[in-house]
Amino acid sequence: MTVIFYIAAAVAIITTGLALTRAHAVHALLYLIISLLGVSVVFFVSGAPFIAALEVIIYAGAIMVLFLFVIMMLSVGKANIEQEKIWIKPRTWVGPGIFSLILLVLFILLVSGFSDTPINSAIIAPKQVGISLFSKYLLGVEISAVLLMAGIIGAYHIGRGRGKVKHRFMEESQ
Amino acid sequence: MINISLETGLLLAGILFFMGFLGVMVRRNVIFMLMSVEVMLNAAGIAFVMAGSHWHQPDGQVMFIFILTMAAAEVSVGLAILLQLHKHYKSLDADAANKMKG
Repeated sequence: MTVIFYIAAAVAIITTGLALTRAHAVHALLYLIISLLGVSVVFFVSGAPFIAALEVIIYAGAIMVLFLFVIMMLSVGKANIEQEKIWIKPRTWVGPGIFSLILLVLFILLVSGFSDTPINSAIIAPKQVGISLFSKYLLGVEISAVLLMAGIIGAYHIGRGRGKVKHRFMEESQ
Repeated sequence: MINISLETGLLLAGILFFMGFLGVMVRRNVIFMLMSVEVMLNAAGIAFVMAGSHWHQPDGQVMFIFILTMAAAEVSVGLAILLQLHKHYKSLDADAANKMKG
């Protein structure tokens, strides 16, 4: 099982790296889905089967498909891919790469020596998660519901076609 | 069952988080920036779930469900903004929208 963890973690890291360096959006999305499936395996072996299922169903199944629909609507052509290749020249990676590497090294130094004992990977059943979710975190669930409602209304309001006028205060200036 | 420390799990979360961070800073296409934000949120979720299984408490998984909810709301609004950006500027360049114009 330990070997499975390391293999899945390596797959997740490598495919995330590939996803963030692709020029074609659909290729990047497919690599990202593989990365999410790898993370799902990591969750499964570390005793969170419910979260592993949610990761596959919601992240890889729903959110990534939403991305795919939007990419299909935008109909990314060859010109966009060429433009993208110009944008991701190796030179642009140097500065941000160095600074985020410094931050990553600091993070590793902070985390190392934190806890060497193996994690308790006994399975936490969905029942326990559900009981905790709907008793201790009930307020959080309600706030999440409000957040999702706000997300739906916001997406509808922003995404709706409005003709030529961008905003109601701009009608005079148009 | 598995013999890994919390340190290793947090290391995985950290590496994925900084890859997403690098993606947000380097990419100029808004689709790729949103994907990188997803990677970052997912990495934060890994940290929560790992800590949850270290102490054998369901709280980590509950937090992951909240992160999932937030990611879904964020992506729906982000993609709606992306569609508007494409409609107005015929480009997905984040720099195309550097003027707010009220």
